[in-house]
Amino acid sequence: MNPKPKLAVWKFASCDGCQLTLLDCEDELLAIAEEIEIAHFPEASRAVMEGPYDLSLVEGSITTPHDAERIQEVRRCSKFLVTIGACATAGGIQALRNFQDVEEFIRIVYAHPKYISTLEKSTAISEHIKVDFELRGCPISKEQLVEVISAFLNGRKPNTPTHSVCMECKLQGTVCVMVAHGTPCLGPITHAGCGAICPAYNRGCYGCFGPKETPNVASLSHWWNQLGVEREDILRALRTFNAEAEPFRKESDNYEA
Amino acid sequence: MNPSTLPNNKQIIIERQNFQRLLDVLKNQGYQLRGPTVREGAIVYDEINLVKDLPEGWTDVQDKASYRLQKRDDKALFGYVVGPHSWKKFLHPPVLKLWEAKRCEDGFEIKEKVAFTPQYAFIGVRSCELHAIAIQDKVFIEGPYVDTTYKNRREKIFVVAINCGEAGETCFCTSMNTGPQVSFGFDLALTEVIQPDRHYFVVMIGSAKGHDVIKEIPHTKASNQEISIAQSKVEQAREEMGRTMDTSDIKNLLYRNHDHTQWDKVAERCLSCGNCTMVCPTCFCTTVEDVTDLTGEETTRVRKWDSCFTMDFSYLHGGSVRTSVKSRYRQWMTHKLATWIDQFDTSGCVGCGRCISWCPVGIDITEEVAIIQEDKAKEKNDENA
Ligand code: SF4
Ligand code: SF4
Ligand code: SF4
Repeated sequence: MNPKPKLAVWKFASCDGCQLTLLDCEDELLAIAEEIEIAHFPEASRAVMEGPYDLSLVEGSITTPHDAERIQEVRRCSKFLVTIGACATAGGIQALRNFQDVEEFIRIVYAHPKYISTLEKSTAISEHIKVDFELRGCPISKEQLVEVISAFLNGRKPNTPTHSVCMECKLQGTVCVMVAHGTPCLGPITHAGCGAICPAYNRGCYGCFGPKETPNVASLSHWWNQLGVEREDILRALRTFNAEAEPFRKESDNYEA
Repeated sequence: MNPSTLPNNKQIIIERQNFQRLLDVLKNQGYQLRGPTVREGAIVYDEINLVKDLPEGWTDVQDKASYRLQKRDDKALFGYVVGPHSWKKFLHPPVLKLWEAKRCEDGFEIKEKVAFTPQYAFIGVRSCELHAIAIQDKVFIEGPYVDTTYKNRREKIFVVAINCGEAGETCFCTSMNTGPQVSFGFDLALTEVIQPDRHYFVVMIGSAKGHDVIKEIPHTKASNQEISIAQSKVEQAREEMGRTMDTSDIKNLLYRNHDHTQWDKVAERCLSCGNCTMVCPTCFCTTVEDVTDLTGEETTRVRKWDSCFTMDFSYLHGGSVRTSVKSRYRQWMTHKLATWIDQFDTSGCVGCGRCISWCPVGIDITEEVAIIQEDKAKEKNDENA
């Protein structure tokens, strides 16, 4: 029998929530461990097997010169590399620094700024290396993670549609909160994957999964404006976990000041 | 079935206080009742059992990208128009497991599928919705490739239709010749009449099944006066129609205007979110996903509603054909109003207005058509000048 494929999980600047999703798989975790050798996963086990690894899951964004080098190492020892979560795919919430002066932050926050070595921007992994697949979300969805691993093990394309959250609302029969309640919702420009949780609880979508395919951010923000949303609130809505994702960043710039 | 061929084609009256009886009789006959009910600030279609599940005393106020519930000053059970759901969700389910398979020595084995077909009674079906069902019949049953899920469900339904007594702001069924008067495809067709001292339904029987149900409900023969009151309600709806669409020459109009600048303008606003196709009672497209488990021993094939507004929809080898939003909106509207006629010998639009109300940025199909038409009128004037 062929040896099991080896899995590695890597962490960069992040909160660990996406890695935890893997531990959170509970029911499926044993099945995953049956099919794949968990070779490098510091969060779960100190036992570390050497590379190369067949599948690498990368969490977190690049924020330090050291990380910028380390990600190259990770790429070199990974056959198939999947970035997981908003930090890894778009720079994460920490990319809010990209809109400010980082030097100034360092001066204010740290007693000895000279010990701080950080980059001016928090960037997505794909800005540094070739990424084979990106799994969106803040945090990622457990079902989608299992789906991506299953697809990898079976040599097929994962079923992770790139269309709007609206389609998920409609498939489950959720009433549109924007049309029926006038609640501003980012769903029409946001990548599906969460199962449209917020609209199902009468909240507008917060855009955790980042921009969908061909997003028309300008048209939606214009409509929000007509719904009475203040310019600064539009700015804030676009600048969260996926602030640095290009379509969100571009449109949010229009609402600056 | 043509009601006039039935022995009892007279219209009858059911008093409001006997309406529960209608629901009970249908339930006793083995039907699962599906009808309008208030949920999440809208009137949706869902399971109902009792009159109190119905949206008594509620109405909907609709406009571009806007839908609001409002209290009526009467206790009408059907005093609204159409909401975010359509009957399509029952006949053509949004998510459907097609089959499951298990790996075996020489390939894979399909697991025996237990096909369970629910038997639905739809309560409160509008004329435009009957037309929409008739359109989906053409697509799913009358063509060379029959969709058995749809067909099996469709054949078993009992339809309690309702004539519209009021029209909504986004309705345009009169333009599409699909309403507001129910004209076919029902077992029973009701008109709700509310007077200061009386609340009743004028009922037309459309089938033998309908006749059998009525036999078990207290009713009286409708007088000419009651029938004409019911008729005037429908006339009122016809006059209140919120929107219109000029459909003369519409097919050729759209074929001629493939390169019209309006497509660029609408694409600036369109979010390609797919809401319009999801809420449309005639849109029928689906995608299929194969999902293996981690071991690769078992797999499931699932069918889901799809939309021509997604990139995947037009994905052929190497990429998507309709990459621009312009091409996707144009595809949707041109199919709906023009190529559908070539393909199925009917328009794909019944004028229900759902795509107008539920488009998050208020794109209005009647407006888009009118803009292209205006230019046609201009062309004519220029020629004459
Ligand atoms: S609630 Fe939000 S995500 Fe859902 S259909 Fe409406 S706009 Fe789209
Ligand atoms: S195109 Fe719009 S108005 Fe026409 S049937 Fe579909 S949802 Fe209704
Ligand atoms: S027309 Fe409206 S509902 Fe349809 S895809 Fe465009 S924005 Fe969405």
